[in-house]
Amino acid sequence: MMSMIGGSAIAGDGGYQVGDKASGFKLKNVDGTWVSLDDYKDAKGFIVIFTCNHCPYAKAYEDRIIALDRKYARAGYPVIAINPNDAVSYPEDSYENMQKRAKEKGFTFPYLFDEEQVVYPVYGATRTPHVFILSKSGSGMTVEYIGAIDDNYEDASKVSARYVEDAVDALMNGRKPEVTITKAIGCSIKAKKS
Amino acid sequence: MMSFPFNVAGQERLGRAIEGHPREIVDVDGVVIPVYDFEGFKPMLASHEEVTYVINFWATWCRPCVEEMPHFIQVSREMKHENVRFLYVSLDFRKNLEKGVVPFIRTRGIEDQVVMLNDPDANSWIGQVDAEWSGAIPATLIFRGNKREFHEKMLTYDELKSIVQSFLKQ
Repeated sequence: MMSMIGGSAIAGDGGYQVGDKASGFKLKNVDGTWVSLDDYKDAKGFIVIFTCNHCPYAKAYEDRIIALDRKYARAGYPVIAINPNDAVSYPEDSYENMQKRAKEKGFTFPYLFDEEQVVYPVYGATRTPHVFILSKSGSGMTVEYIGAIDDNYEDASKVSARYVEDAVDALMNGRKPEVTITKAIGCSIKAKKS
Repeated sequence: MMSFPFNVAGQERLGRAIEGHPREIVDVDGVVIPVYDFEGFKPMLASHEEVTYVINFWATWCRPCVEEMPHFIQVSREMKHENVRFLYVSLDFRKNLEKGVVPFIRTRGIEDQVVMLNDPDANSWIGQVDAEWSGAIPATLIFRGNKREFHEKMLTYDELKSIVQSFLKQ
């Protein structure tokens, strides 16, 4: 079961732009609990990352995603990972395999299953990994950054532009991110076949 | 394994001059693959009035890319005598070139040119291929003269054939 709060599940407009209000959601985590962004009373924002088990680009970023949570969760910007893929066509992305991966890698953040595939179209995620940084305020959640984690999927030691870190650092200092949109090569998100 | 720039045999096997400015040319027992960063690859995006270019962005690990490839191979064979050129741009990791991409080309019997685009700062060039491209693959760019289409999706045989035919008709 899933639910969308305050948003429509129709992706006609192609998803969020920076500045849009982001919808909440309630999705199942690998530990069996249902997670909603509202559960995080102390969070100042979120690093929402659409990612999965099977995609080599997503795998290449796993350690860096773990590092982001380690760096920013306690500062108020936890990572929220969401697997948007069709597990029927891609059994490697099944809920059971998500649980295995989270355990093997020691994920410190929720790894949620967008089983009905209603969250990713609203966000407008097109590939894995795909990041949406949200900031929280009295009026709800605002999209502050959309795109890649950094500028080198192949070699973490050769990264020169740390897009997500720079964006969260800016938000933590009361500023808007300088770079708000980036693109990256990634595996297309696998929609269920009708 | 022979390497640029003395790879005359490699160029002969390719059947054409190596275009653009590859950073290296990998030749594994006759399968010749130039490896580019985006600046070196850009000349291959230059259009031509008479030639229709079909540029497919793919990777060996991308299942829909692999599933649509037979459609491309078939359309290319059927259009052998037309002024169409098919180019496959692999976005595999560089370390997978000799062990993954080359055997894949051999097994599939791909006869058209395959190149590798190895430029991890993808954000700097994705928009130069197409402003609307999100970076997801498979994606196919088709152009001739001023006419240009970009398809960020897996193409069926029928879709690909009819798109290419619409370019040839001009």
